[in-house]
Amino acid sequence: MAQELTTQDTQDLATTNGDANRRAMAFTPAVDIFEQGETTVIMADMPGVAPDDVDVTLEHQVLTLRGKVKPYAPEGYRALSSEYRVGDYIRVFTLSDEIDQDKIKAAFKNGVLRLELPRSPETQPKKITVKAA
Amino acid sequence: MLQTMFSPMRTADPFADMRRMQTAMNRLFDGGRTLGPSAHYPPVNFWAGEDSIVMTCELPGLTEDDIDLTAHDTTLSTRVTYPAAEAGEDLIWHRRERVEGSFLRTIELPFRVDPEHVDARFENGVLAVEMQRPEADKPKHIKIKAT
Repeated sequence: MAQELTTQDTQDLATTNGDANRRAMAFTPAVDIFEQGETTVIMADMPGVAPDDVDVTLEHQVLTLRGKVKPYAPEGYRALSSEYRVGDYIRVFTLSDEIDQDKIKAAFKNGVLRLELPRSPETQPKKITVKAA
Repeated sequence: MLQTMFSPMRTADPFADMRRMQTAMNRLFDGGRTLGPSAHYPPVNFWAGEDSIVMTCELPGLTEDDIDLTAHDTTLSTRVTYPAAEAGEDLIWHRRERVEGSFLRTIELPFRVDPEHVDARFENGVLAVEMQRPEADKPKHIKIKAT
């Protein structure tokens, strides 16, 4: 029900090495998406993002998840080795169902965004009774 | 359970970038997070100070209770257990990329650490462990006396 859109920004790769003025990297957060009854739940991993720096927008069924990272940099320390890179997160989905925008729930805890998107009543399956002639 | 031994202080692995690329490619094609056979989990970054060292690692979705740290001599063991994903008969999965399961990683540090002076913090899914060198192990200046 959630189709992923790939844009130029959603690359999981870094830009060139050693360039001091390189633009901030954007990573694709890992997501879990499942449907439960009339609600679609999206969970996205965004470690290093403070709850206030998460930005979720829904426009014409295009859902954009964004997270701005505050890089961890202890004072008086220098980087020694690095196995993972730090950068902002962005991921875009198109939703196939109409979402009841007023009832969207978003929570952010321990670096994980949890979105609950309820289907709007108009798109929920309706039962049509067939009358005998 | 995944068990890895790895020394982050070794010289840079020339194939690390290649593997990272491969992992990225796999993820691109699978649409999922695939950890290659050479991947160590969780990945860690190190920061060096005067007589201390900081290890950071990203553990989204965990709480303090899911992380178990053990410092012994020159090794630091990190055991993490991710809570099981939501389950239910009426659940229809569309994507399942987030990490699940339990991991143990033991890392060799460049010096002995004082287990009494380990400061671990967990904020927004990022773990930061600051470790101090024991007083007795610190290099000492030796004064040269003129006769």
